[in-house]
Amino acid sequence: MASVPQDHSHGHDHSHDHDHHPTSWTRFFTTTNHKDIGTMYMWFSFVMFISGGIMALGIRAELFQPGLQVVRPELFNQLTTLHGIVMIFGAIMPAFVGFANWMLPLQLGAPDMAFARMNNWSFWLLPPAAILLIGSFFVPGGAAAGGWTLYPPLSIQAGMGMDMMIFAVHIMGASSIMGSINIITTILNLRAPGMTLMKMPMFAWTWLITAFLLIATMPVLAGAVTMLLTDRHFGTTFFNAAGGGDPVMFQHIFWFFGHPEVYIIALPAFGVVSQIIPAFSRKPLFGYASMVYATASIAILSFIVWAHHMYTTGLPAAGQLYFMYATMLIAVPTAAKIFNWLATMWKGSITLETPMLFCLGFLFLFTMGGFTGLVLSLTPVDIQLHDTYYVVAHFHYVMVAGALFSAFAAVYYWGPKWTGWMYEEKLGKIHFWWSLIAFNVTFFPQHFLGLAGMPRRIPDYNLQFANWNMVSSVGAFAFGIAQIFFIWIVIRMIRGKSGIRAAAKPWDGAEGLEWTVPSPAPYHTFETPPVVK
Amino acid sequence: MTLFENQHTRKKLIVFTLAMFAFGFALVPIYEKICEVTGVRDFMRPEQVKNTQVDKTRTIKVEFDANTRHLPWDFKPEVTSVNVHPGELTTVVYEVSNKTARDMTGQAIPSYGPSLAAAHFKKLECFCFAKQDFSAGEKRLMPVVFLIDPNLPKDVNTITLSYTFFEMPGGKPAPNTAPAGKLDNQSTALNAVPSATPNLN
Repeated sequence: MASVPQDHSHGHDHSHDHDHHPTSWTRFFTTTNHKDIGTMYMWFSFVMFISGGIMALGIRAELFQPGLQVVRPELFNQLTTLHGIVMIFGAIMPAFVGFANWMLPLQLGAPDMAFARMNNWSFWLLPPAAILLIGSFFVPGGAAAGGWTLYPPLSIQAGMGMDMMIFAVHIMGASSIMGSINIITTILNLRAPGMTLMKMPMFAWTWLITAFLLIATMPVLAGAVTMLLTDRHFGTTFFNAAGGGDPVMFQHIFWFFGHPEVYIIALPAFGVVSQIIPAFSRKPLFGYASMVYATASIAILSFIVWAHHMYTTGLPAAGQLYFMYATMLIAVPTAAKIFNWLATMWKGSITLETPMLFCLGFLFLFTMGGFTGLVLSLTPVDIQLHDTYYVVAHFHYVMVAGALFSAFAAVYYWGPKWTGWMYEEKLGKIHFWWSLIAFNVTFFPQHFLGLAGMPRRIPDYNLQFANWNMVSSVGAFAFGIAQIFFIWIVIRMIRGKSGIRAAAKPWDGAEGLEWTVPSPAPYHTFETPPVVK
Repeated sequence: MTLFENQHTRKKLIVFTLAMFAFGFALVPIYEKICEVTGVRDFMRPEQVKNTQVDKTRTIKVEFDANTRHLPWDFKPEVTSVNVHPGELTTVVYEVSNKTARDMTGQAIPSYGPSLAAAHFKKLECFCFAKQDFSAGEKRLMPVVFLIDPNLPKDVNTITLSYTFFEMPGGKPAPNTAPAGKLDNQSTALNAVPSATPNLN
């Protein structure tokens, strides 16, 4: 598009006098620059994504055939547990915090995040947490193995791997809370003159709401795991029935955090998609105000539907009915968003570059994940499908095809701004189609397996499930290799292998202040705030 | 100026975060109160049972299990299992003795296997409804009076009732204010007439 082909050797045309950044090896430990920190978040996220992916491939290798071949059942349980926690807290959330760090100051016309030093802290808390999680595989008794939801009684009985997990959750929670306080303050106080809240880009809006969800729910999760910890070591009996506690109470407290967490992951993804679809449709976002209100409604509703994760715990019928209808209600604002995206594309001059392809993949697959979610919201159906592979298929459609695909879209969309080079369009398209096909080969058959009754989190299965499990495992390995291909594309982009320098605004339909600064974005931007009309 | 605004915003957000941390802990008493008010999953009070008929076509084996948690007491049922018909009023006795040389207060909590049997296992009298004070070395026989609801699913033939006694720290027993359980029946279950069970040959 508007990119300028240039010779590789002229690499310094965007340097300015004030644009020196520290070059010593301590740079990344001490940096308070939002771009450095955003970059570190993204690399951290990718490392965790690969770690969690290797765990997933361990699971799929074991499930390739019935019987026990690859891992012991104890290790299998550890893999499913850590895969969940690593992907959610290590991969997806830091990826979007990384985008927020990089892009929010650029989108809002702010020189940096509001609390630059705290920003450094909130990143550097993450690697110790990651070491605790990965290291817990190597302690006596192995990693936590009771599922990422940490349900008692298993989480009270497990070995020291569980303590490491609890401590890691504390650290990651503190990191998220600090990050969220930073994001909220930046958005509320550091917008360029003239940029009212209702003129903010959708990505800023979705992150503002997400950050409020985070500071409302992360402390509750911290409280829940603290109670687990004191039950384990200090003689309290919050969740131990043989002491007057109630294990189901943990589930209620956990899902008070856990359900908003779903939207903590999904809303920034919605924000990314709301930036990219208008850019490649060359039309403004349809229904901006309704998008803002829909996002806020989803966030509020997410607090009053938690017990739909607990239909089989013996809720009274009135409770089941309430949670069923409340859950179905969430489909309304979500559908408003989907229809707004479709209306944005309606009669637009659409071009299908890689970011747009990933957004279309997101739209199609996230909607499917939403529909299976609607199926699962029905209490009688859920009681049949609870803890089967149907649920696994459902949440991978919204987490992988939803959050992860939009993260890929963001990397291709903003990558030129970060690196100063275009990625190679052909490779990006191969990555998209490869991921799309491999994803569906992996997860679509899991619907069939779940409907046929295959339970999740079990290393062995009945012979009748063999064929679709084999298909699913083949797809999983293909999907895993596609992501190695992805990082190769990104490294080639960083090194400028495409030979195409990114213009300040490489996408002609893109809107926003981030495209008014040169590519790559200088180390310091908007030291004088721009004025928004 | 902006710096001041930022710190003001941060202060409010930190207060909100701390309040939510406290709210996480407050959920424990809140849920307990909700369960108490709505009577959800409340197996800790005497049941009021109406008009049960003894179903002599079915026999259910009820097994008794007794555990203690961090409590140096002897706790065991006098019989380990009984065979009962649904609707039949049955009394079993547990032996409890405080082996220590100090006064203690304990509480027992029931659990059921299979767990769905819990809703069909009606206790009219049970030592688990209240905290139990035991003086040093005291030994007591404590009864459980129960009947099994005839609506118990057909595939359940054995029910295990398991009690775990644990120490209530600092406990004077709470007065048991709940009304005593009773069996409200024209023809009491103990001398049920055959006409009450028409299926019987």
